[in-house]
Amino acid sequence: MKRLLTLAASALALSTPAMAQDVTITNARLVLGDGSAPIDNGTVVVQGGTVVYAGPASGAPAGGTAVDAKGAWVTPGLFATVTTLGLADVSAVGETNDITARGTPFSAALDASTAINPTSQHILVHRAAGITRAATTTMPAGSIFAGQGAIIDLDGDPRPVMQARAFQMINLGEGGADRAGGSRVAAHALLRAALREAQALVGKTGIPETTEIAKDDEVFLGRFDAEALVPVVTGRQKLYVAVDRMADIRAVLALKAEYPRLDLVLVGATEGWLVANEIAAAGVPVIANGLIDLPETFEQLGATQSNAGRLAKAGVKVAINAATLQDPRRLQQVAGNLVALTRMPGASGMDWGKAFAAISSVPAEISGMGGKAGVLKPGALGDVVLWTDDPLEVGSVPTRVFIGGVEQDLTNHQTRLRDRYIDLDESDRPKAYDW
Amino acid sequence: MLADTKLRARMGVMVTLVSALALSACTTTGGSGDPASASAKSDDKEFAATPAGDPVFASTYKPFPNVATALTGATVYDGKGGKIENGTVFFSGGKIVAVGGPDTPIPADIAVFDGTGKFVTPGIIDIHSHLGDYPSPGVEAHSDGNEATSPTTPEVWAEHSVWPQDPGFSRALANGGVTALQILPGSANLMGGRSVTLKNVPARTVQGMKFPDAPYGMKMACGENPKRVYGGRGRMPSTRMGNFAVNRETWLSAIDYANDPKAKRDLGKETLVGVLKGEILIHNHCYRADEMALVLDMAKEMGYKVSTFHHAVEAYKIGDLLRENDVCSAIWADWYGFKMESYDGILENAAFLQREGACVVIHSDDQNDIQRLNQEAAKAQAAGLRVGINIPDATVIQWLTHNAAKAMGIDDMTGSLEPGKMADVVLWNGDPLSVYSRPEKVWIDGALMFDAMNPKTRPVSDFELGQPGEGDVK
Repeated sequence: MKRLLTLAASALALSTPAMAQDVTITNARLVLGDGSAPIDNGTVVVQGGTVVYAGPASGAPAGGTAVDAKGAWVTPGLFATVTTLGLADVSAVGETNDITARGTPFSAALDASTAINPTSQHILVHRAAGITRAATTTMPAGSIFAGQGAIIDLDGDPRPVMQARAFQMINLGEGGADRAGGSRVAAHALLRAALREAQALVGKTGIPETTEIAKDDEVFLGRFDAEALVPVVTGRQKLYVAVDRMADIRAVLALKAEYPRLDLVLVGATEGWLVANEIAAAGVPVIANGLIDLPETFEQLGATQSNAGRLAKAGVKVAINAATLQDPRRLQQVAGNLVALTRMPGASGMDWGKAFAAISSVPAEISGMGGKAGVLKPGALGDVVLWTDDPLEVGSVPTRVFIGGVEQDLTNHQTRLRDRYIDLDESDRPKAYDW
Repeated sequence: MLADTKLRARMGVMVTLVSALALSACTTTGGSGDPASASAKSDDKEFAATPAGDPVFASTYKPFPNVATALTGATVYDGKGGKIENGTVFFSGGKIVAVGGPDTPIPADIAVFDGTGKFVTPGIIDIHSHLGDYPSPGVEAHSDGNEATSPTTPEVWAEHSVWPQDPGFSRALANGGVTALQILPGSANLMGGRSVTLKNVPARTVQGMKFPDAPYGMKMACGENPKRVYGGRGRMPSTRMGNFAVNRETWLSAIDYANDPKAKRDLGKETLVGVLKGEILIHNHCYRADEMALVLDMAKEMGYKVSTFHHAVEAYKIGDLLRENDVCSAIWADWYGFKMESYDGILENAAFLQREGACVVIHSDDQNDIQRLNQEAAKAQAAGLRVGINIPDATVIQWLTHNAAKAMGIDDMTGSLEPGKMADVVLWNGDPLSVYSRPEKVWIDGALMFDAMNPKTRPVSDFELGQPGEGDVK
C-alpha cells in the first residue's frame, strides 16, 4: 500500500526558496502560445529564469539541465484572468474569504495585492493545473467598484504579486445596477461622478469636492476611492468593465468619447458577438465568457458558445474569462470546446493555436504582460509546462511545471488525499497514520 | 452550483403569479365527474379526491413519429460496459431492435446513417438537475426549486415547479446528448420533496415530459445547508446532530402513519411511506463520508434504502461501505473547495469508487455542466489512469447511462442499447470522451429530436422567440 508517498517529501520544498535553474527541454511537441500551430521536435531553453530560445531543435543554443520531453506537449504556463486566486480558502466560509467585504466603506480603493496568500490551496491546485500567472481581484460588494486587481505568479514564494493595482474593475450591468441603488442609470451616474472627482483630484476639471457619495450607511465612493480612480481616469491603470448586454457594451464603448484616456477592457460580454465590429473598431479587448449559452439573465439573452469565436473573427482580441467557470483550471476545457465548435455547422470557434493563445498569451497581453507571460519566446519569463497529453483535452494535466525557471512542487491537499486513499487498507493502523 | 452558492439568493420571498393562462387551463380541465372542482356543496353527493396511490398528474408523453433507423460502422458503447467496433445499432418503432457488429441484419428501405469515425452511446442521463425548477432566466420570479420554509417538506413535488419553457432543456439535448433527467428539489431542507424524471423533449406541459412509469425519488440533504438555513432562522436544526434528530423524528411519525389505517391523508407522509415501501427512491445530497455512513445506519434503523448519495465528494473514503450497501454515488469530476464540506474533493473520486466496485454516476447539478457530462466523466477517468486505475471507455460511458438509469429506477426501460429498450440514442461526431466531440444526432424513443446538420431541429423555447439569437447555434 505504500506507493506515492515519496511525493510527500517534496512538500518540504515549499519552505526553502528554490533557485532558477538553466534548463533545455528537447524533443517537445512545442506550443509557443502566440496562436501558432504546435511544433514537433521543438526545444525550449531557459537561462536565468528567462526563455532564451523556443522553436525547432535546430538553432537551439546548448546549456543547462537537459530534459527530454520524449514527444510530450510543452507549453508556456497558462495565464488565468479574471480570478480570485489567493483571496479565499473556502469561498463559502466567510472568515477565509477576502474576495468581498460587505461591511467596508471602501470600494475602488480596495487593493487585492495586500492580501494575496501564496500558500492558498487554490494556488497550489491551480499551479498543478498549469496556471503559472493570473489576474486576481476582489469583487464588488457595496458599490460598482470591485477594487484594484493584481497580477500574481503561482510559484508559492513569499512574493506572489508581480504587479499591484494593475487594473480597476467595475460592473455596469445588472450587478452594478443593483449595487448602485437599483438601476443602470444610477450606476452610470455613480461612475461619472467618481471619474469627475478623480479628474478634479489631478486638477483636470472642477474642484475636488470629495467627501463621500453615500446613501444611508452605504458608501458608494469615498475620498480614498476617488484617489484610487486617478490612475484610471488618466489611463495609467486599466479599467475592466463587466457587462453582458449589447446595449451595455455600447454604453461602455461610448465612455471613450467622454474620457478618452480610459484604457478599457470588457469582461464577460456575453452578447459581444452582436456588436463585434464596434468592439473591434474601438480596439477594446475582451475577456469573454467562453461557453455561456443560456439566457441566465435578461442581459444574456443572446448567449451562445460561438461568442468568442465570432468576436475573434471580427478582429477583437479575445481571452477566455475564468470568472464564470467552476474554477480557473477549467480554462483548458473551455479552450478545447472552442476548437470543437469549429466542427459544428453554423458555429464559430477557434483553431487550436488561437484557442490556446486565448488562455495564455492573449490574457497576458491584456494584463500588461505581453511578451513576458503566456508565451515562449526570447525574453519571456521561464514559465514552461510539460503535459500528459494535449493540454486542451479534458483530463490532460501537467507532469512538470517551471515558473520563472524554477521547477515547482505539484503536491497539495488534493494529491495528499489521493495518496492516502489510494487504498482503503486500515488493517495495520487507521488512515491518520498514513502520510 | 445551484444547490449551494445560489441557494441563499434564491430563497427570498417567492411570489406566485397566477397567469391568465393557468386560470383558463383550470376552467377547461374539470370534466363532469370532477368532484374537487365543485364549489357548491351538494347534499346528495359524496366528495372524494382520487385515492392515494392512484396515478395523478399522469404523464401524457408519447414518443414522436419516428422511422426505422440504423447506424452503421460506428464505435458503439452499449451503456453496460460493452464496446463494439464497426458496430450497428438498429431501432424501429421507438425501440432498440438489434445491436451488433457489421453483419447485424438490417432491413432494406430504412434510414441508414454511416457512423464511420463516429460513436454511438445510449442517451445521456443526468440524475441531478434543477432545469425547469431553477430555469433560465434565473430571476426571482422563477426561483421554484426549494420549498425551504420548513426543515422537512416531503409533501412538495418538483414537477409542480417545472417550467417546460426553460431553454436549458434544449442545450442539454443539443450539446450534451441528454435524453432523460431527474429534476430534484433543492437542498436547503432535510427532506426537499419528490423528484420527477423527465424525457428531455420540448413540451407545453410538464406532463408532456414526464418519463412514463419512472418511479418517484425523494430528495434529502445532509450537512451544512439545512443547519445553516434553519439555524440562521433560530430554529432546529442548527447542527448536524439536529439534522439527524429531525430526520429520525420524521421517519418515526411516518412509520406511525403507515401503521394507522385511520390516519387522515397526509401528503408528506404519503411520500415517506412510499420510501418505506421501496416505491420511492432516496436521493440524498451528502458530501462527507462520515455523514453518509450515519445516513446508512439511519436508513437501516428506519427500514428504508438509499438509492444514491449526491455530490458525494468524499465517497472515495468509504467506497467499500458504499459497495456493501449497494448505494450509488452521483458526483462531479472536479468541484472542490467552494464550501467546507467540499474541501476534500479530489479528481480521483470516481476512479477510487470504481476500484472498490461501487456504483459511480457523474451528475451535473448545473445548467452548464449538464451540457458536458461526457467531458466531466473523461476527466475522472484520466485521473484514475494516472494512479494506475485503468477504467475502459465503455465503463466510463456506463457512469452516464446505465448507472444513472439504475439509480433512478428506469434501467429496465432505458440507459443501455439492448433489444426492447427505448431507442434513446446519441450519435457523436467523435470519441465522446474527448473535448473535441459533440452530439451530431440525438434520438428519443426513436424520434430524431436533434440533428446538428439541420438548424430547424434545434428546439427554441417560447421564451426565446423574438429574442436576440433565436435559433442560433448555442
